[in-house]
Amino acid sequence: MLEREDSPTASPPREGPAAVSAGAAASGDTSRSGFNRRDFLRGSGAAIAATAAATAAEDAVAEDKPATVVPAKAVEIKLNINGADHALKVEPRVTLLDALRNDLSLTGAKHVCDTTNCGACTVIVDGKPVFACARLAVECQGKKVTTVEGLTAGQNVDQVVAAFVKHDASQCGFCTPGFVVAVKAFLEANPKANLEQILKGLGGNLCRCGTYVGVQAAALECAGHGKEG
Amino acid sequence: MAERKFAWPARKDTTLIGREIPRIDAVEKCTGKAKYTADINTPGTLFCRLFTSDQLAHGKIKKIDTSAAEKIPGVRAVHLFKDVDDEVRWDGELIVAVAADRDDIAKDGVKAVIVEIEQLDQFVDEADLAAGEKAGRKQELGKKNDGDVDAAIKAAKAVHKGKYGIVTISHMCLEPHGAHCQWDGDKLDVHLSTQNVSGTGSQFAEALEIDAANVTVTANYEGGGFGSKFQADEWGVACAELSKKTGKPVRLMLDRATELKVGGTRPSAFAEITIAGDADGKITAWDSVHWGTAGVGGGGVDVTKLPYVFKFENQRAAQIGLACNVGPNRAWRAPPHPQLCALTMMPIDDLAAKLGMDSYDLFLKNLPQVSNGKEAVYADQMKIAAQAIDWKAKWHPHGKAPEKGPVKRGLGMAIHTWGGGPGACKCTVKVHPDGSVETFLGSQDIGTGTRTILAITLAETFGLPLSAVKVNLGSSKYPQSAASGGSITVGGVSGANRRAAQTALWQIFDKVAEKYKVAADGLVAKGEKILSGDKEVCTWKQAASLLGPMPLEVQGQGPAKDGLTSDTVGGVQMVDLSVDTETGVIRIHKFVCVQDCGLILDEMTAKSQVYGGMIMGVAYALTEERLMDNKTGRYINANLKDYALSRIGDIGELVAIMYQPDSEYERGVVGLGEPPVIAPGAAISNAVHNATGVRVPTIPLTPKRVLDALKGAKA
Repeated sequence: MLEREDSPTASPPREGPAAVSAGAAASGDTSRSGFNRRDFLRGSGAAIAATAAATAAEDAVAEDKPATVVPAKAVEIKLNINGADHALKVEPRVTLLDALRNDLSLTGAKHVCDTTNCGACTVIVDGKPVFACARLAVECQGKKVTTVEGLTAGQNVDQVVAAFVKHDASQCGFCTPGFVVAVKAFLEANPKANLEQILKGLGGNLCRCGTYVGVQAAALECAGHGKEG
Repeated sequence: MAERKFAWPARKDTTLIGREIPRIDAVEKCTGKAKYTADINTPGTLFCRLFTSDQLAHGKIKKIDTSAAEKIPGVRAVHLFKDVDDEVRWDGELIVAVAADRDDIAKDGVKAVIVEIEQLDQFVDEADLAAGEKAGRKQELGKKNDGDVDAAIKAAKAVHKGKYGIVTISHMCLEPHGAHCQWDGDKLDVHLSTQNVSGTGSQFAEALEIDAANVTVTANYEGGGFGSKFQADEWGVACAELSKKTGKPVRLMLDRATELKVGGTRPSAFAEITIAGDADGKITAWDSVHWGTAGVGGGGVDVTKLPYVFKFENQRAAQIGLACNVGPNRAWRAPPHPQLCALTMMPIDDLAAKLGMDSYDLFLKNLPQVSNGKEAVYADQMKIAAQAIDWKAKWHPHGKAPEKGPVKRGLGMAIHTWGGGPGACKCTVKVHPDGSVETFLGSQDIGTGTRTILAITLAETFGLPLSAVKVNLGSSKYPQSAASGGSITVGGVSGANRRAAQTALWQIFDKVAEKYKVAADGLVAKGEKILSGDKEVCTWKQAASLLGPMPLEVQGQGPAKDGLTSDTVGGVQMVDLSVDTETGVIRIHKFVCVQDCGLILDEMTAKSQVYGGMIMGVAYALTEERLMDNKTGRYINANLKDYALSRIGDIGELVAIMYQPDSEYERGVVGLGEPPVIAPGAAISNAVHNATGVRVPTIPLTPKRVLDALKGAKA
C-alpha cells in the first residue's frame, strides 16, 4: 500500500469526540462514533441507555448530568495550499480535511470513511501523500499542502488527470480526486512502477463504482508502460 | 417527399456512435471541480450530526432530552425524528439531528443529547429459519408449482440436493445519502444526492406541506446510489426543516456508520434446493424453499422469478420471509437478480458435477429452457467467453484440479438477464441561430455517462463535434425524466433526444432546401456541413442562421415503439481462479463478461459499466457482507475497515467483451447498468466448486467459509 504519513494504525490522536474509546475497540466496533461504558450507561453521546439491563449501581451513574463539553478555543492559523497562503480560524481539533472543505471550499478531497480506510481525502503534504481526515489543520502550518485542485493550472491539467480522463478512470467520481492525488504521489515516488507495484501501491484507495481497470491503465501509462503495461 | 422516420443512422455512417469516447465531465470529476451535494458550501451553511439508536436493535423510547445540546454555543437547532413512546426498530434508526456552525460542534451536540430506551426483544438472525420461526418472525410468502416435480425427481438420472445462501449487503455509497437545503422566502432549494431529480421535489413538498412548485431539486453530480437514492428521505426533510428553523442553509449527510445501517441494503436469500436431470444433462425438475429478510417487514427475494433465466417443465418454489430488526432494504443494482442468479446457477453447476459433466456442456444443453428468448444469444456469448478464458484447455472435472500443492485452480460460469427498456423522458432540444445546440432534461448522470451519451446522440444527429453540444440535466426545473434505476436511463433519454433532434434537423433541412433550392429529402448533416449527396449545400452555421433571431426549440419524449430503443439482454460470465485450500484465500486470475446491450452509443463508458459491475460482483462474492450480532442485534462492521470492499489489487484480469453483431445495433439502445453485476457471485462460487470439488454454500466466499466447507467435506 502507498505509504502515507498516517497509516490506519498510527493515526495521530484526535481531539475530543472523534476519538475512539478503548471500550468500543474492545467490543469489536471501531466505528467513528465510539463510546465508552460510562457514556453508554448515561445514554449520552452516540449510545443508548439500555434501561432494562441497567443495575442499581449503573442507575446511579445514569443519574449523572452529562459532562459539559468545552472545546478548545479557535485559533488563527495560516495554511499554505497549492502555493497560496490562507488565513483561517479553527479549533485545534478541526481536521485538515474539514478545514479544506468547509473553511476554504476546496472540496476535491472527500469525506468518506473518516477512518483512513478509503483514501478519498488524500492530499499531499510536503511531498508525501496523507489522509487529510487524520491530520489536524493546526499541524499543517508551515507545510506545503497540495490538493487535487492544485493539479490544474487554467486549461492545463496534470498528466495523471489527463490519463484518468483518457482511460475513463471515473464513474460517479466521488473517489476520483483522492485516487488522482494518490496516483500522483505514488508515481513521484515510483516513476517507473510496474503493474504489480501499482496494484500494491494504490491499495489504500477505494472505489465503489469499480473504476480500477481505468485507474490501472492510467497509472501504467503515466509510468511509461502504455496501455498494455 | 419520402416519409421521415425516427431512426439511428446506419452503423457504417456513424462518426461518434459506438466509438470509445471519454466522458465529457471527466475533467471536472478528476480535478475536484465537480460539486456534489456533500460539497455545497453556501455562506453560513450549518452542519448536522445524528443521534441514532446506535448499537440497539429494538426498543421503546422513554426519554429524549436535547436541552443540554441546545445550550452549547454554536448549536443552532435540533430536529426530532422520534418522540417518547415511539419504537426504534433497528440499530441506527434516526432519533435526533443537531445542526451547528461547525461539524465538530454538531458532534458535541449529539454527545449532549440524552435518550433513554427500554430494550425490547430483537431478532436479526436472518439465516436461521428455525430460530426465526421460534421467535415468531416467520412469514409464508409466495409459492409456485408447475408440472409434477415429485414424479420428475423420481424419474431423474441425477438428483442433487443442497443448501445455498447469499447474505445481506449494504449499498455503501461513497457519497452518503444527504441534502443541502436553503430557503429564499417560501422557495426551497435542495441539493440532493439522488438518482431521482424529477421525482423528489414533490416528496419534499408533501412532507413540508408547501407547494411543489416552490421546490427545486438539483443534483449535478451524485457520488453513487446503486438503487438506494430515489427518495427525499426523512433526513432530507429534516435538513429542510432545520434550515427553515434557523434561517440558514443546512447540509445534512449521513455519517458512514449510519449510511451503512439505514442507507439501503440488499436482501439476503438462503435456500434448500433440489435439482434433477436426465443422463444428457437436461434439467427436468427444480424444487426450492428460500428465506431471508428485507427488514422489519420481512419480505426478501421474490419467488416468482426463481428459478432464474430458466423455466423448467417441473418446478416448485416457495418463499419465506423473516421479519428482522435490521435497516430497510432498497433496490440494489439489478434487484433481486444477483440473489436469484446465485440460487439458480450454483445448483445447476452442482448437477453438472453429479453427472460428471463439463459445466459448460450442461449450461449449453439447457439453453432451450431459457425463458427470455435469448437461447441463440447465450450460445453465441458462451462460445466467445469460453474462447476468451480458454475454457476447453483449462477445464477439469470438479475437484480434479491437476495441481499437486494446496492451491487449486478452477473454472466457473453463470448466465444472467435483465430488461433495460427505456424509461419515461421529456426533453427540450434547442438549436441556437449561431449553430450551438443544447438539451434540457430532468434526468441525472449518476456516473453511468448519461451526459456523454446525450452529447453523442445530439452531435451525431446534427453532424457536430461534441464540443458544440451542451447537456443540461440534474435540475427538477427541466422537463421531467424518470429516476435512474433499472438500466432504463440510456434508452429513455437517448430516444427522446434523438426524436427531438431529428425533428429539429428536419425543420432546418426544409429551410435549407428552400433557401438553396435543393431537395430536402436527400439532405444530410455531417462534419459541420449540410450535404446533398456528396455535395456541400452550406455550412451548419449558415443553416442554423436561417432560423432567424430566435432559437429553434423542439420537445422530445419517450418511450415510443419506433425502433430507437429495445429491451431484454442476456450475458455470460466466466471466471478462472485459484483457491488456497490451506488458507481459504481465493485469487481471481481472469474474469470474462460477454454482454449484449443493443446499440452502443459510447463503447468506452459501456465497458466501464461492465467492469464496474464485475468489480462490485467480486466484492460481494468474496468479502462484502453486513455482519449482525445475533445476540445484541448490532450491525458490527458498519465502517469501511471491517466492511470489506475489493481493492485495486483484488480483482484479477477483467475482460469486458461487448457483444455487438449488427443485429444488436439494429435493435436500438438497451440499458446496461444492471446486467454485469448479476452473475459474479454464482460464477465465482462455481469456479471454487470446480477447483476444490466442494460447494461453499454461502456467498461471500470468505476464507472462513471456504475452510469450513472444505473441512465439512472431509468430515
